[in-house]
Amino acid sequence: MGLKTLLTTHINAADSHTLKHYQSVGGYESLKKAISCMTAEQIVNDVKNSGLRGRGGAGFPTGNKWGFIPKTDKPKYLICNGDEGEPGTFKDRMLIERFPHMLIEGMIIAAKAIDSHQGYIYIRGEFHKGIRIVETAVEEAYKAGLLGKNILGLGYDFDLAVYSGAGAYICGEESALINSLEGRRGHPRLKPPFPAVSGLYACPTVVNNVETFCNVPHIIRMTGEEYKKIGTEKSPGTRLFAVSGHVKKPGIYEVEMGTPMKELIYDICGGMKNDKALKAVIPGGSSSPILTAEEAMTATMDYESIASLKSMLGSGAVIILSEETDLVETTYRLAEFYSHESCGQCTPCREGTHWVKDLLHKIKVGEGTEKDVELIFSLSRNMEGGTTICPLADACVMAVRPTMTKFKEEFSLRLKKEVSLSH
Amino acid sequence: MAYQFSQESEKRFQRLIPQFPSKRSLILPCLFLLQADKGFVDTEGMQYIADRIGEPVSLAHVHGVATFYTMYNKKPVGKFHIQICANISCYLAGSDSITEHVCSKLGIEKGETSKDKKYTVDEVQCLGACGFGPVAQINDKYYENLTPESIEKILSELEKEG
Repeated sequence: MGLKTLLTTHINAADSHTLKHYQSVGGYESLKKAISCMTAEQIVNDVKNSGLRGRGGAGFPTGNKWGFIPKTDKPKYLICNGDEGEPGTFKDRMLIERFPHMLIEGMIIAAKAIDSHQGYIYIRGEFHKGIRIVETAVEEAYKAGLLGKNILGLGYDFDLAVYSGAGAYICGEESALINSLEGRRGHPRLKPPFPAVSGLYACPTVVNNVETFCNVPHIIRMTGEEYKKIGTEKSPGTRLFAVSGHVKKPGIYEVEMGTPMKELIYDICGGMKNDKALKAVIPGGSSSPILTAEEAMTATMDYESIASLKSMLGSGAVIILSEETDLVETTYRLAEFYSHESCGQCTPCREGTHWVKDLLHKIKVGEGTEKDVELIFSLSRNMEGGTTICPLADACVMAVRPTMTKFKEEFSLRLKKEVSLSH
Repeated sequence: MAYQFSQESEKRFQRLIPQFPSKRSLILPCLFLLQADKGFVDTEGMQYIADRIGEPVSLAHVHGVATFYTMYNKKPVGKFHIQICANISCYLAGSDSITEHVCSKLGIEKGETSKDKKYTVDEVQCLGACGFGPVAQINDKYYENLTPESIEKILSELEKEG
């Protein structure tokens, strides 16, 4: 276990984003194989056999997702979710800027698997540079006959367009993203129906994350069976971990699933910044419940290990917090994020996230009381477990409540009563 | 003269049309074209977009979309729009000191535009560059691993440019 590259093998090539470079290292060979030698069913089965799980956050098996697309005469749409915005998460931007052709190739193969002839790459609007790079790559692919009518003369048609988000975290939720692509407010949709049945323009739609699509050419090249040998049995493959916070070398690291978190922090990321002690780790983006240092030292970087600690591998964003971190402040900032990004559709989320943020602010500035803490816990019970259309309110609860429970002392010390006692 | 797309925006608009089976999908990209032309999205421009796209898109719908997303400026911003990320990873890396430094240097508060309309400073939630914090986005460009010294240098370069 440890560093292992599939997606990032050619990260050091300055021109890794160009078609010329991508083809020089075997790029688009999987596309040829998939279109000329494989049926749609074989592609879906290969991806199912690989055990690939979605790299956006939920970790749903990709092959199964593709398999849900009904065989109808309606158009089927394929969407790449590049609306990266969960605090701590910054891996897809690197893939977008450095390996746009790997993404395009993965999408064309996925298109054939679900019989789609139109795809969209939805990228968060702030990524101007990435959007320009992907647009250029799409143009290059069209010119080379890799997109459009009769791809490489092999009889398959697929068009691809780039769509820019406009600044709304919630559009990372697939049904909100679909609404956004349809020119509406990015409000998540009530499910069912799921996008596989009624997605973009009420047609069957698959939405996958950037990293998920980037894995596809590798699976087709090496076969699903071989791919499954990397990582752990239930979490196969490699994973890009975006490490930020108090480590000496924050950055994006591709490692084999199942790598010990200890190894990631102390060997791969160079250990703690200023050699401070580790206090806590947020293991999978801001909405994944925090782990104490002790828990973190037992964890391995795969879905099951993190889940056994009642947290999530999520988007693969690992935020490292040293002993000097003010957890009241960081928790407040996360609550502020969720209150800012609530789309406002559901009352428990619209009201709850703001209320929790305001209460945490009171605690942060030393004006909170025990009652405020109780109120946060009481509110959070009404914000989770299916009381809202999408999981944004749940995400807020997961970012706040475990920290307040596991680091109760730190919050207690900030309460008004405690502050006045200590003076 | 009433607003209409600039030549460049019109070209881009024509290229966008065939990409979507539904004309409504053109709203978000059109709002970006309007913003590129005017610097912000105003009622006149939104009415123009509604008219260009046509039924069933109305001004009310375009307005509803524009107000939902943070990247559309609803009022004019300075020539340099400085957006500093304040969320967890950037905060841990010291973003507060960067914001303070920029505000004090420019003599404005967060959310304000300088009197000469050159700078607007905003604190934003997450720019998705968490490993390289503190991060600021100035117009289309990201500036990463900021320190008070490096942002000072960037500000003087902007001053020369502006």
